[in-house]
Amino acid sequence: MKKGHLIGLGVIAVAIFIILSSIGEASSYESFNTALEMKQDGEDKAIHVVGKLKKDAVGEVSGIEVREDKTSFTFLLVDNEGTEQKVFYNQPVPADFHRSEQVVVIGSYRDQEIFVADKILMKCPSKYQETDVQAAGM
Amino acid sequence: MNTFMGNFGHLTTLVSFVSALITAFAYSQYFKANELEKASWRRFSRVSFYIHALSTGLIAVSLFEIIYNQRYEYFYAYSHSSKALPVHYMISSFWEGQEGAFILWAFWNVVLGLILVHTNKFWEAPVMVVFSLVQAFLISMILGVVVGDLKIGSSPFILLRDATQAPIFDLNPDFVPEDGTGLNPLLQNIWMVIHPPTLFLGYASTLVPFAFLIGGLVTKKYAEWIRPALPWAIFSAMILGMGIIMGAYWAYVTLNFGGYWNWDPVENAVYVPWLILVASIHTMITFKKSATALKTSIILVILSFILVLYATFLVRSGVLGDASVHSFTDLGLSGQLLLYLLFFMGMAIFLAARAWKHLPTSEREASIYSREFWIFLGAVTLVLMAFQVILPTSIPAWNALVESFGGISNMAPPADQVEFYTMFQLWFAVVLALLTSVGQFFWWQNIDKKALRDSLVTPYVVSILLSTAVIVLGKVDHWKYFIIVFTGMFTIVANTFILIKLLKKSTFKLAGGSLAHIGLGMILIGIMFSSGYSEVISMNMSGLTYSNSWEDEMNKEHVLLWINKPTQMKDYTVVYRGRQKKVVGISEYVPAKILASTGEVNEAIALEDYQTHFKKGDTVQLVLEENDYFKIDYLQNEALQFSLTPMSQFNEGMGGLISSPDSKIYLNKDLYTYVAAMNDFSDPEWKEDETYELSKGEQFHVADFVAYFDGVEVLKELDGYTLKEGDVAVRAKIRVLDYDVEKLLEPTFIIRDKQVGKLPVTDSELGIKISLENILPEQNKFVFKVNQYQKDYVVLKAIVKPYINVLWIGTIVMLLGFTVAIYRRFDEFVKMRDKGLE
Repeated sequence: MKKGHLIGLGVIAVAIFIILSSIGEASSYESFNTALEMKQDGEDKAIHVVGKLKKDAVGEVSGIEVREDKTSFTFLLVDNEGTEQKVFYNQPVPADFHRSEQVVVIGSYRDQEIFVADKILMKCPSKYQETDVQAAGM
Repeated sequence: MNTFMGNFGHLTTLVSFVSALITAFAYSQYFKANELEKASWRRFSRVSFYIHALSTGLIAVSLFEIIYNQRYEYFYAYSHSSKALPVHYMISSFWEGQEGAFILWAFWNVVLGLILVHTNKFWEAPVMVVFSLVQAFLISMILGVVVGDLKIGSSPFILLRDATQAPIFDLNPDFVPEDGTGLNPLLQNIWMVIHPPTLFLGYASTLVPFAFLIGGLVTKKYAEWIRPALPWAIFSAMILGMGIIMGAYWAYVTLNFGGYWNWDPVENAVYVPWLILVASIHTMITFKKSATALKTSIILVILSFILVLYATFLVRSGVLGDASVHSFTDLGLSGQLLLYLLFFMGMAIFLAARAWKHLPTSEREASIYSREFWIFLGAVTLVLMAFQVILPTSIPAWNALVESFGGISNMAPPADQVEFYTMFQLWFAVVLALLTSVGQFFWWQNIDKKALRDSLVTPYVVSILLSTAVIVLGKVDHWKYFIIVFTGMFTIVANTFILIKLLKKSTFKLAGGSLAHIGLGMILIGIMFSSGYSEVISMNMSGLTYSNSWEDEMNKEHVLLWINKPTQMKDYTVVYRGRQKKVVGISEYVPAKILASTGEVNEAIALEDYQTHFKKGDTVQLVLEENDYFKIDYLQNEALQFSLTPMSQFNEGMGGLISSPDSKIYLNKDLYTYVAAMNDFSDPEWKEDETYELSKGEQFHVADFVAYFDGVEVLKELDGYTLKEGDVAVRAKIRVLDYDVEKLLEPTFIIRDKQVGKLPVTDSELGIKISLENILPEQNKFVFKVNQYQKDYVVLKAIVKPYINVLWIGTIVMLLGFTVAIYRRFDEFVKMRDKGLE
């Protein structure tokens, strides 16, 4: 067997390993319901849930509880299926959190009651979509 | 209301687009023309390209004019700049939007094109055909032409009233907003002024080797294209590498991600083409030396160009959606970007496939003792590294693809990206480092087993000794890190040996490779220390167990600092000392509490004297008034060691708060500090009234503070009020003690015509409001009303990053190596060209 073939085989082996590990390590987008089922099936892998912050009747974000030392907080997230869930995040409240249109939480259920987010991604209203021009200077 | 600049911009865009197409056509004619017609086609092609170059330059000028002259009737200026911006940030505004970025890219292509036209003889025509086609695609991104339902490009020259449906334009179509919405605060940084141009020059320059390759395939000069392409490939790798490092450094100094590299899709999208580019340089050098690896070189050069387009597609088509912290929105260009990508991919694959069987191959099997073998392994490792990163990064694109065919895919990128990518990339980098140190010894000639052993033994022993010293002195305590230190050190030592040998024997011109590889070794060691041994020193400081649950067991990486309250943090006592502002003409920061806004942009009025710089009542100019600098004192043994001032900016127009770290930089480590959350006292929720009846000299407790009522004085005059005959004005003096700080609060009480007026005092740092409510002459007592909010605070994170300077120095050494290599290869090309060979 020629060295070239050996290298080729080696490369293919590493490539397959990379593909399998990428699939294996890839997370998934879930709803709170499916995430809870996964937890009950004993799967602890961190998953992504996309949702919106709970808003009250006047459209204000509600349900944010900041811990006394201000280094962690819980909030209520409503996923795309409409399930409301209390989420704990072990970080201070991100600055533009209240304004976010959409929140992606990456984490898993701790128990039936609470979802622990390891990481939060926020989608904030983009300037490109800004259509209301302030009437300043009129 | 100005419409001229916009129309002019549109016009230059059209001219630029059309002239790009004409240039492509003209150069293809020049290429095909017979000897008689060649000269005139060449002249025409060049004139056409100069027109294209000029009009592209004018597009940039028009857009900058709109921003510079604050023409907010234009959407681009309105949404990317504001009056408060200094000129150098207006430059950032230029490329904040995607349209501006495309203009920048097209501009660099023009500059490169002009250089190529004037440095090449034979290659001018084929290379410029490719260039002009690329330019046509790029300019089409900003055309802003609508044909039926089809929108081609997004123009930066549209008016605000056409871009938005704001009702105000129904009332007054000529309405011009007073001010723009400003530049994203994250981008208000000197690195934003220089990082994007560098990155886009890197992007643009990947076109040059690609254009030479296509030219070579078309003209059937299957191997000759490598010589002119090589210096440009190295140039491209250097500039792109510099852009990546600047981005990393920018992220480190201005963003509070907590580090320099986050494996975010946007970062990965640039890193991958760079890896492939570096791999292609290595195979191209191999080919020049030994006539092997031509096919690999061709594939890699195509791949690096296509990957740049793919990166642009990923980042700018909106396909990443919520997978990235960088928010780019879809301008509706995804179809166009995809077409751009597929066009050049199709063209390159077609031409390469057609030429494939004509390509010279070497039947000779590379020996393990030949450099080709090791370099090839290195290139393979680089490609695998790239593959490992691009695969998971493309998951959102994969989902979009599946969904566009009606399927459902809920795959998400790995939850812990940093851990996932590091696991692979680190070990690949170790392999790479070993290959460079071994491979370099074969560089000059194929040597046998014995010669190899002889030349490797000394570097091996030296690096063992040095690594041991580093491991002991740097307190490295993990076997994984032992390996990294050793391979990094071996790379540095082995390549230094070669460097010394080279410098003795010949000129520095050949030193590029060894220098770049020494840089790689340093980067490896620098990353190992600064990331592997980065330590959060603000960890678990609260000491509170308030919920008695699992939450208490989680590591709290932040510390809450109340103003003036000393808090122990590892070896330091830290005290938060309040907010500061930056004032024009004063080098240090000025306490925010002595400045009050006048309502004008970046202007404030002084409430107190400040050293010799200004007096009470003076008007001072602020540098970016939205910026607050939080003063954090670090003390050891009760002596102030240094102060850090992490920054935060509240930007209403942009919506939100952005903070930026500050670091204490030592030779062997950085202490990196940023503010993760802070008090918002713009709209305090005051607690219930508390009433105190006090007589002079009395001590009392308010909130957490001890306070003294030191008495009252009757005022003869009062700021802002004219006291009339019969008026009584009394000012109380209340001293509030907060740790080592003593504050004097002076509420005032006025009686005029039996009407009572009260002037309460608010101290936002202490979070209290005091008013003198009443005077009880019979009891000789004074009645005060106190409201509490809360003391000012910040939530801080502090991280020590050891030996991060090794990383930065390593990157500089690597870039230096690239520069030397560019010089050498370009020199070679010029010599060959002047001999009339190319």
